Amino acid sequence: MEKMIEIIDLVYEYRKNEEEKVKALNEVSLNVKKGEFLAVIGHNGSGKSTMAKHMNALLLPSGGKVYVHGLDTLDESSLWNIRQSAGMVFQNPDNQIVATIVEEDVAFGLENLGVDPKEIRKRVKEALEAVGMIEFSKKGPHLLSGGQKQRIAIAGVIAMKPECIILDEPTAMLDPVGRKEVMDTVKKLNKEEGITIVHITHFMDEAVDADRVVVMEEGNVVLEGKPKEVFSQVEVLKDLGLDVPQVTELAYRLRKEGINIKEDILTVDEMVKCLCQ
Amino acid sequence: MFMSIIIENLTHIYNFGNPFETKALNDINLNIEKGEFIGLIGHTGSGKSTLIQHLNGLLKPSSGKIIINGFDITKKGVSLREIRQKVGLVFQYPEHQLFEETVYKDVAFGPLNLGLEEEEVHIRVKEAIELVGLKFEEVKERSPFELSGGQRRRVAIAGVVAMKPEVLILDEPTAGLDPRARDEILSQIKALHQKYNITIILVSHSMEDIAKLVDRIIVMHKGNVALTGKPSEVFRNVALLESIGLGVPQITYLMKMLHKLGKPVREDIFTIEDAKKEILKLMRRN
Repeated sequence: MEKMIEIIDLVYEYRKNEEEKVKALNEVSLNVKKGEFLAVIGHNGSGKSTMAKHMNALLLPSGGKVYVHGLDTLDESSLWNIRQSAGMVFQNPDNQIVATIVEEDVAFGLENLGVDPKEIRKRVKEALEAVGMIEFSKKGPHLLSGGQKQRIAIAGVIAMKPECIILDEPTAMLDPVGRKEVMDTVKKLNKEEGITIVHITHFMDEAVDADRVVVMEEGNVVLEGKPKEVFSQVEVLKDLGLDVPQVTELAYRLRKEGINIKEDILTVDEMVKCLCQ
Repeated sequence: MFMSIIIENLTHIYNFGNPFETKALNDINLNIEKGEFIGLIGHTGSGKSTLIQHLNGLLKPSSGKIIINGFDITKKGVSLREIRQKVGLVFQYPEHQLFEETVYKDVAFGPLNLGLEEEEVHIRVKEAIELVGLKFEEVKERSPFELSGGQRRRVAIAGVVAMKPEVLILDEPTAGLDPRARDEILSQIKALHQKYNITIILVSHSMEDIAKLVDRIIVMHKGNVALTGKPSEVFRNVALLESIGLGVPQITYLMKMLHKLGKPVREDIFTIEDAKKEILKLMRRN
């Protein structure tokens, strides 16, 4: 197995005030495999965003190590290589757009790297095609919906040809249609382009389709596994203040009533199959 | 029946008379009873935000009128202060509007502007802070910026509650919160409704939350009211809801699918607890 990101005993401390230090991450160890779709869940303050920001050297460890594609994030000379192989998309679409025309926005990163204009044009076109936004290339970003803006932000990252994209609650501010657009795009990039995805979210239905789910709490990984393994632990997740899909919760409550039903049901179809046997 | 809100032939046109002219609301007629808990849903651009901005006087109708508890707020010469005393609007991400040094001062800002006596302001601030589930003594002297995201949002809601509005409108009050903070805020809104019997309009994208809380749903689409009724009535129209970019709770999809496959279960179910009862009935029959 090739490792995309390797996190070893990562500690991140920051100073809250003169006297107090806060440990936002407490010896976290985690590997992200190449080509994997990893979902990270956990409530606000659990450390998931802090961990994500270590994955492209936006934050640097107070202790432990983070390797992105084998490169140590503490090694300053690797910074540009790290940022190029691991791109990041944030929560608020309006904070990520810098240009007044969609294609210029997507080209921004490449221009900063001094890429040849011909190559820029080619990559911008490919990136906009990959997120299904090519017909908007000459539009002003302010005319787009939230979901469309997020896809532009994703295109800006893809244009850099990263191997991995880290998305920090990219759907939190979107309506259901926008959420679906973004999730469909992310899944497609994972399946078709083989881009490694680290997706941080509060929406459990978005984590259900991941290859693997990591649950964080108080600066640590507390649960990890395939979606079925994680979401079947309804009580643990509830104690952590997290949701499970409605049908999973239903299966859990039916079991409590003494009905013999599988506990790892995540979708409506699985539930129907189970009840119609 | 006493009507809290009467909306008559309300139309709103943005950019009237120029090439960007858009009809955001198209001859809306709605009655909302006193004490009703309304869920307002609709795809982005459906007109729901335009509608709620009319209810507290942020926008003026192009034509039509709005009567709140017998008082025509669209009449000429009505002061905004009068409207805002009746209708409290909690915007999306309301915590972005916090600005005072302490939680107390922030919540007191609105009531003080109403010109209330210090004593009355104190009573209201204390009550509002406790209503949103925060401990008055613990938070009153703290800076709102030291609080967690969920707590900040509750302070912002307290600021509106302290105005003692007759109608409270909340525009996606749980957007961006984690599940625990979301559940806390929703249960406090519910408690507020039960305790004071105020009229509440909740705008949300979450069909699950809407199903759990509201008496009646209003569905907006392209500036019109596409559908209105009890959750059981509205969630029956899956095809229509999907065609306008909405859906029904996951649990409702499940019950519909079972029904379609010939299982004798009700389709108009939208909470997990009701689904459990219905499925238990089915299984125990076999």
